[in-house]
Amino acid sequence: MEHYKMNLTLKVWRQKNNQSEGSLETYQVKDISSEMSFLEMFDVLNEQLILTGDLPIAFDHDCREGICGMCSMHINGRAHGPWTSNTTCQLHMRAFKDGDTIVVEPWRSKAFPVIKDLMVDRSAFDRVIQAGGFISVNTGNAVDANCLPIDKKNADDAFMAASCIGCGACVATCVNSSAMLFVSAKVSQLALLPQGAPERESRVLNMVAQMDKENFGNCTNTYACEAECPKGISVANIARMNKEYLHASLNTES
Amino acid sequence: MTSKQFFASSIGKKITMGLTGFFLISFLIVHCAINAMIFFNDGGQTFNHWGHFMGSNLIIRTAEIGLFVFLLIHIIQGLLLWKQNRTARPVKYIVTKPNENSKWYSRSMGLLGTLILIFLILHLYHFWTPSRFGGIADVHSLEETTLTDYNNQPVHDLFKEMLLVFQNNLLVVVIYVLGVISLCWHLLHGFQSAFQTFGLNHKKYTPLIKLLGVGYSIIICLLFAMMPIAIYLHWIG
Amino acid sequence: MAFDSKIPKGEMNEKWNDYKGHVKLVNPANKRKLEVIVVGTGLAGASAAASLGEMGYKVKAFCFQDSPRRAHSIAAQGGINAAKNYQNDGDSVFRLFYDTVKGGDYRSREANVHRLAEVSTSIIDQCVAQGVPFAREYGGLLSNRSFGGTQVQRTFYAAGQTGQQLLLGAYSALERQVALGNVTMYARHEMQDVVMIEDRARGIIARNLVTGELEKHFGHAVLLCSGGYGNVFYLSTNAMGSNVTAAWKAHKKGAFFGNPCFTQIHPTCIPVSGDYQSKLTLMSESLRNDGRIWVPKNKGENRKPVDIPEEERDYYLERRYPAFGNLVPRDVASRASKERCDEGYGVGTTKLAVYLDFADAILRYGKIEAGKMGDHSATEEALIKLGKDVVKEKYGNLFAMYEKITGENPYDMPMRIYPAVHYVMGGLWVDYELQTTVKGLYALGEANFSEHGANRLGASALMQGLADGYFVIPYTLGNYLADEIRTASISTDHPAFIDAEKAVNDRIQTLMNIKGKQTVESFHKRLGLIMWDKCGMARNEKGLNEAIAQIQALKKEFWSDVRIPGEVNGMNPELDKAGRVADFIELGELMCKDALVRNESCGGHFREEYQTEDGEAKRDDENFSFVSAWEYMGESDWKLNKEELKFEIVKPTQRSYK
Repeated sequence: MEHYKMNLTLKVWRQKNNQSEGSLETYQVKDISSEMSFLEMFDVLNEQLILTGDLPIAFDHDCREGICGMCSMHINGRAHGPWTSNTTCQLHMRAFKDGDTIVVEPWRSKAFPVIKDLMVDRSAFDRVIQAGGFISVNTGNAVDANCLPIDKKNADDAFMAASCIGCGACVATCVNSSAMLFVSAKVSQLALLPQGAPERESRVLNMVAQMDKENFGNCTNTYACEAECPKGISVANIARMNKEYLHASLNTES
Repeated sequence: MTSKQFFASSIGKKITMGLTGFFLISFLIVHCAINAMIFFNDGGQTFNHWGHFMGSNLIIRTAEIGLFVFLLIHIIQGLLLWKQNRTARPVKYIVTKPNENSKWYSRSMGLLGTLILIFLILHLYHFWTPSRFGGIADVHSLEETTLTDYNNQPVHDLFKEMLLVFQNNLLVVVIYVLGVISLCWHLLHGFQSAFQTFGLNHKKYTPLIKLLGVGYSIIICLLFAMMPIAIYLHWIG
Repeated sequence: MAFDSKIPKGEMNEKWNDYKGHVKLVNPANKRKLEVIVVGTGLAGASAAASLGEMGYKVKAFCFQDSPRRAHSIAAQGGINAAKNYQNDGDSVFRLFYDTVKGGDYRSREANVHRLAEVSTSIIDQCVAQGVPFAREYGGLLSNRSFGGTQVQRTFYAAGQTGQQLLLGAYSALERQVALGNVTMYARHEMQDVVMIEDRARGIIARNLVTGELEKHFGHAVLLCSGGYGNVFYLSTNAMGSNVTAAWKAHKKGAFFGNPCFTQIHPTCIPVSGDYQSKLTLMSESLRNDGRIWVPKNKGENRKPVDIPEEERDYYLERRYPAFGNLVPRDVASRASKERCDEGYGVGTTKLAVYLDFADAILRYGKIEAGKMGDHSATEEALIKLGKDVVKEKYGNLFAMYEKITGENPYDMPMRIYPAVHYVMGGLWVDYELQTTVKGLYALGEANFSEHGANRLGASALMQGLADGYFVIPYTLGNYLADEIRTASISTDHPAFIDAEKAVNDRIQTLMNIKGKQTVESFHKRLGLIMWDKCGMARNEKGLNEAIAQIQALKKEFWSDVRIPGEVNGMNPELDKAGRVADFIELGELMCKDALVRNESCGGHFREEYQTEDGEAKRDDENFSFVSAWEYMGESDWKLNKEELKFEIVKPTQRSYK
């Protein structure tokens, strides 16, 4: 792999806080190595801003290895940037070339208000989980783990659904700001496992109700969420949630 | 959960769209099959026979009420969803590249639906009002398409109406073809989307459903589009 | 100050049962009146907060991330150990206990380790009940793999994302308690100090990172589950936000710091590519099951690795440790890589890397696959193709990650790897009940000086975090809180809270007012370099003394020339970072001090002066069989207290992997 250096123009969304108006600001960075990660390029820019008396750009990030789900930039028109099955922190600068202009915006959704610059508030996701994204088993209640054999396919599908990192790229990328992929991944995981069966109906009803309350848009099956999901969560989970929801709605007694 | 809550929920709305859409899809098959009778090129005999059947059969007439109700629900719900979904993102992106992750027509169902609606109003004016009300209340001028005899019964000569509407009217033909193209895109997404909404997403069957949807959309829309074109070009008539 | 490890009397395998049988209990009506603060929401914190909430305590949980689900436990890849013996291969509680004590190079407390091994099985049960999707066999039962060179298969896993799945399980249990009102969650909050009233921890001062406001929170007890401090090295596999602040504040308020110099350097990480590097990424240890590690036999080798013939390669782990080969424990493997690179045999542009090669494994698997198909005349090309598919199935996600970061395809080209700081065995000193030397102040998970001694075995960190949170603290905390039922909630207007808040505020103002010329990041980098060079994989007296002087100078420079832009009242990540780096600097000094007094080599602590003739670690059980428990006396001033380690069951022997 040939490594190279590049100079770039960055247009970054700057916004002081939730109340203020924001705008795109233009910055230049020089001698960026193609081996850098995208966020390391931002580190370089921030160091530059601090030393010239500007305010550094606030952005969310933590693990920088694509698993915590905290990083969240909309880069050149795409959630997590140009690579597929990827998070912003794992995007590397060899995706760009010398002279490129890169536009970076925060996730845009009513349910994800901007906190500052590129940081948004995704606590809506936590509240959706609070509504039912769990199995009610207190510590100490469990039986032996091998008491309950689980069909390998179901276990594997549940794992695939459970690999969601809750980054919100699905919402950010959906033309409707819908959170169906996120919610359905958790509903699916627990619906596929026998442990989740006792709360299966109330779970899907409550989680969807909370999702609706959080101002997410409605799903129109464009499947953009699946295409941009860093973990490749399948829209089959959305279909499963629809089915679960219909079933639960028909089954409730009130 | 009450049914009111169900229909107010995001998934309830989706399922409503899917169900009504699915009904409209099946209606289109009937509609297209009967209209395709014009291709027998028998002066509209077969076509008018079936047209009369559709217009006089009690069951079909009852179903027609259902069709309109479903159509209205599909339209109103669709518009409400479109509005709601727009407000879910109050601040838009400055740069977006949606074509990298989804098909344009899947994102444009509202727009395509609106185009279809405009076309539909014209279409109903051309054919539905004369056949339903023409003879009765003179809602529509039927001076030229008077009743024709069929099995010793007077029936609306809808075939002749088609000739009148399309034969010398390039603009109308173009509008119809455009309407049908909108319909085709709408169906291309809508057909498979309905299955997804009902919870049918399967490794083995979904590709088949998608293929079927593409086949359905193209065949139905091609047939529909051929009707005004064939009449305009005097292949039929 | 006297301190007592409170190890219960009795037989080793009866201690915990006995303890549980006699521990004080709090009745349900009283639990509702007792408030517990949990700082950090990783495996230890989330499981503790959830479990305590379930029991009826009023819990407040804090994390600096935007959601408790982001805690860095999520990044653990390999798996979690448990003495289930599902594989019928001779595993038992005793073996897990034995392996952990030995793996820790005899610097851990036997009673704690035994308890850990005992509760390990319940952890798996609990996680499965929560819906954690562990890997399964076709029969639907749980699958195990061997990990970290153990002789039994006791590691439960969920592909390469075990930490994520376990954390999401604990997170969902936590969110359930939030929904039930038993836990109040404070995300984007960072603990700034412990509030002491008389001799007890009674609450914390936290900063709301969004608004910048300081908040006072009362608790009858405070649990620190704030993770490890590997980021003192700047470059580590830790998350960017991982920090020592909570533990360090506790230390300065009287909690002893245990074994601060015990650091685990993980042998298989993606090497540094440039000075902009912000963190290092681990490649799971499981890769060493199939990959062979080598360097060229010639110095200054410039050929591509695939062009270097077999006889010119030095498979140095297989050469030095024929019995364990590439599967030697982490500390041994790391030092061996360093030795080769220091000698000038390193590869890559920086020459600080070795090869991890899968070519042999690919061919071997290819042959097995061809054999299964009855094809005995397959060409090498066909075998390689078959083998690649097998390797992809086993390690696909890791290979993809490697390719994403380096842009190189590890199926065709050996990976380049180098050791990196991964975990710290050191932490707040705790007794058997996980209580620090401050009453009412507990430390769980990586934040405490743990059961891992001087070296942690693979797949044991997850086990310990969850053991502490699910199965230890729910019992031991009651023993303290049972005596607290008469303590009414203390108003946060109490002078102790006001004073603590003022002190925190003053420190923030001081930092902001320095208005110097150097960025926080640059100080952190410099600290990291000092630590890595002089208190990293190999340490010596001279280097450590230099490091202490350098760190003290760095500290002065930091407090006179750091530049923190922005405001106090609002989101200000630079300010957050500055507070953390200031604490790291102080910690760095203590780590060097600790490394300096430990005149032996054990586990992750390798003192160059104390090695055998062939370069292996030389432990000194006679003089150093103790836990260093450092007491903070004042600036750059610590007193060393020693907790003698008595080995009743596992008698110390020389670890040998030859």
